[in-house]
Amino acid sequence: MATAHTTVPPAGLTWGPRALVRRLRSGDEIARLVTLVFALLTVVITAMLVYQLWILSALARHKFGWHFLVAQDWDPVFNKFGALPFVYGTLVTSAVGLFVAVPLGLGAAIFLAELAPRRFSDALTFLIDLLAAVPSVIYGLLGVFILVPLMRSEVQPALKHTLGFLPLFQGPAYGIGFLTAGLVLAIMIVPFIISVSREVLLAVPQDQREAALGLGATKWESTWKTVVPYARTGIMGSIFLALARALGETMAVTMVIGNNPRISASLLGPGYSIASVLANEFTEATGNLYLSALVELGLVLFLLTFVLNGLARLLILVTTQRGSGVG
Amino acid sequence: MTERNLDAKLLWRKTTNLVMLSLTGLCALVAVSALFFILGYLVYHGGKDISWNFFTKLPTPVGESGGGMANAIVGSGKILFLAALIGVPIGLLGGVYLAEFGGSTVPFVVRYTADLLNGVPSIVIGIFAYTVAVMPVHHFSTLAGGLALGIMMIPIVLRSTEEYLHGVPSSMREAAMALGASKWRTISSVVLPAASRAIMSAVLLSLARVAGETAPLLFTAFGNRFWSPGWQQPTASLPVMIYTYAVGPYEDWHEQAWAAGLVLLSLVLLINILVRTIMSRGMSAQRSQ
Repeated sequence: MATAHTTVPPAGLTWGPRALVRRLRSGDEIARLVTLVFALLTVVITAMLVYQLWILSALARHKFGWHFLVAQDWDPVFNKFGALPFVYGTLVTSAVGLFVAVPLGLGAAIFLAELAPRRFSDALTFLIDLLAAVPSVIYGLLGVFILVPLMRSEVQPALKHTLGFLPLFQGPAYGIGFLTAGLVLAIMIVPFIISVSREVLLAVPQDQREAALGLGATKWESTWKTVVPYARTGIMGSIFLALARALGETMAVTMVIGNNPRISASLLGPGYSIASVLANEFTEATGNLYLSALVELGLVLFLLTFVLNGLARLLILVTTQRGSGVG
Repeated sequence: MTERNLDAKLLWRKTTNLVMLSLTGLCALVAVSALFFILGYLVYHGGKDISWNFFTKLPTPVGESGGGMANAIVGSGKILFLAALIGVPIGLLGGVYLAEFGGSTVPFVVRYTADLLNGVPSIVIGIFAYTVAVMPVHHFSTLAGGLALGIMMIPIVLRSTEEYLHGVPSSMREAAMALGASKWRTISSVVLPAASRAIMSAVLLSLARVAGETAPLLFTAFGNRFWSPGWQQPTASLPVMIYTYAVGPYEDWHEQAWAAGLVLLSLVLLINILVRTIMSRGMSAQRSQ
């Protein structure tokens, strides 16, 4: 290494104070440092976010431990905090949302990627992107004034009449509740499933379709048996992405779920979700333990979406890269 | 007999084909029509309550007609201004670093955390802003609301800046460098201007996205029935106003909520349509060159 210092360094890779001063004067080094600081700010802010959630939830974490996640009572007056009703509500509404949104979104994506002429498909995708831009409070507004009355007077009585033997559809029809919240979520996440699934379907190499059609498959058979399986991982990714959004969705759910910390088997019953209880009770939290329990709920929500987003990105990356690699 | 079987099978396959393909078309139709339902209902319910008063008056006490949401509109504007002040510099300069200076480790970490931050539910961002900007001073403020929305803007601006800078052809950079320009000079007077329109669009889109955010404002900017002078006091904002009025028990609140919803949605959709049309035009122009 000693000899390395004696050799003349190549131009452009000059070291030493004089070279540094020159680079500083031309501004390159300053620019690099300044932009680096701003880039790192993103990391710092995210780290602070995690840190704050962790520190502020410490009180509740120490007091309740893992029991927090399985306890059912939520009684701020007696300092009893159990997250189960909220976790349950979040999971159930998201499941209902996916149950409706996945077939709808996948169907629409297939239509846009495989059937519709390119210009028409682009125009429709434009409208779908606009749908994705609608603020969630607007969905809540329509949910409260349009969907809830409709559910109460038409849909829920009809469901009870036809499927009432299932425990899922029993009890009085309030209009609000898990089912309504799930439906609002479905409409909100459909655009995400459509646009990502369309992308991964479009990335499937043309040979796949031609091979299937050449063997005499119908258009549907070629799509369903060769194109969709090829894009399966990416479609799963789009679903995970949508699920992560559904779990964290606050306003629209808060406005139609009923805000009642109850675990009921019936989808018609009112419930509560993690995001909703945060929206409703955070400003009213009196006492450190109450606040800490709410922050811990936020931490749970953060971790849930963190894991799902990571998985989703991985799946989408795998599919789109394989698709472009082969084609 | 086998021929008849084959015929039946073919008919079955053709029918399945037709039925399933029509079903996918129906799915697309349902998804797209949701947008028109939303717009239609908002225009129908909110259109009649939009008047000059709505934009210029303060909210009136319940039962008194003629109130507006001027304070919420101004409040939203102030919060968005602060959000841009936080989100744009960090996102823009961070994006420049990722695209132009990046090595391998730092950009990977920054990209990863930006994607992570982008996926954080907005209400959790609200909690964070509450803990750093509300708890220490013991009161809600415009500042805290701006901070929450600004943090939400960072990952969007960052990733799109990086993407658009990568889209600038490297021949342009080489041309500038060959003329003796330093790297920073090249970036600031060649690369950034070349991508400026796309980056502006991304900033506008991210503003439109956070303009409709309600959850992070609930316990940062809170709400206010009056004007909120300065930056240190709680302020009304359009989305929170829509929420409060929609879940409130009064009929005239509901009407105002519809009107505010129409205003907010029109604003968000207009920005989206404008930006996306300009962008796609720019793209096709570039492609035809």
